[in-house]
Amino acid sequence: MAPKDIIDTLAGIEPGSTLDAIRARRLQARENAQKSYLSLFEPIDASDFSLAERAAVAAFVTGLHGESPVAAFYREKLAANADGAALVEPIKSEIARGTTSGPYGAFPAGPLSVENKAGPIYRVSTEGKSAFGPRLVAALEHAHLLVFRPRDAASADMKALLAAGWSTTGIVTFSQLVAFLSFQVRVVSGLRTLAAASV
Amino acid sequence: MSTVNPPVVFTQDELGWVSWIAPLPEAELTERHFAGLVDRARAKSEYFRLLVRDPEVLEARTKTDKDIFYNVADGLPRAERELAAAATSRYNGCIYCASVHARFASTYSKRRDDVQRLLDEGVGADLGERWNAVVKASVALAATPIAFGPDNIAELRRAGLDDAEIVDVINGASFFNWANRLMLSLGEPAK
Repeated sequence: MAPKDIIDTLAGIEPGSTLDAIRARRLQARENAQKSYLSLFEPIDASDFSLAERAAVAAFVTGLHGESPVAAFYREKLAANADGAALVEPIKSEIARGTTSGPYGAFPAGPLSVENKAGPIYRVSTEGKSAFGPRLVAALEHAHLLVFRPRDAASADMKALLAAGWSTTGIVTFSQLVAFLSFQVRVVSGLRTLAAASV
Repeated sequence: MSTVNPPVVFTQDELGWVSWIAPLPEAELTERHFAGLVDRARAKSEYFRLLVRDPEVLEARTKTDKDIFYNVADGLPRAERELAAAATSRYNGCIYCASVHARFASTYSKRRDDVQRLLDEGVGADLGERWNAVVKASVALAATPIAFGPDNIAELRRAGLDDAEIVDVINGASFFNWANRLMLSLGEPAK
């Protein structure tokens, strides 16, 4: 029996339950999913990617997956940040504008092109642009690409982030954060579904 | 950095990967970075020298990855964890990730032709009840919004998976939604 971690909390897994025991059999994965969360949201150095920016991107990314305990958790994290609270409503509007179904996008030109699937290219609204500033605007647009159409990513997208003021190290941490949340939201959803199917 | 003959089909061949933004030079790596790399040999890889710009996140990510896939003391056989990774990568469109994990799936299952059909035909390929259930669950988890539901659990159980094995499917497939997004967006595969 281990103390509850963030995945337990979000998935509603109680100490001593069957799923707690199953998770304990992958102790290193369990502990390091938690360390991943902590190193992204309580980093030792946030100079390349501020805590408010992290919370805003997290609220947006998890919100794009639909309303859930995970989305509520990161929205509350944003609300609790002194520089983030004012962004809660603008982020909600952007989630509503950006919601769609994925994955879509294009494959490299060739035999796979028949599998190309068209979908929206999200851009932050005019009102959003004044609320977020250029760094966060670029981040949200790229985060939407990562969530819904990762196979569309191109070197030009990296240049757009650099041009908006992101450092190379900041881009790495930001990409990890979006990618990690793509993992976390699925593990939580999967474990919740399994728990509900086991009673 | 320039494009180096990128592959245009899914393959089990070994591919390279080139970064679109600057990895750390090997000569600049400190002990903090080596802790992040976990295996010192990864200092030779452009991908890991890029991710090691945030060593704490890389270390935690790497240890999560290794336990989900390599800890086979119990639970789902390694071949089917690799199948979940390959199916997720095929569906998301990560040619590089699919190549690595399709090779592993072939090695551990000895079903190279079935794995190749997953790559050639896509996630709808008929691979038999058990593999179909794993592929379908992985695809449902990869969709946004997430489409994984009680039907997937029932299908995995009918195919003979117990709850611990189903958790391995959930972990393996979910992890590749992390890995695919890094590989696809920070650089590209090269033949």
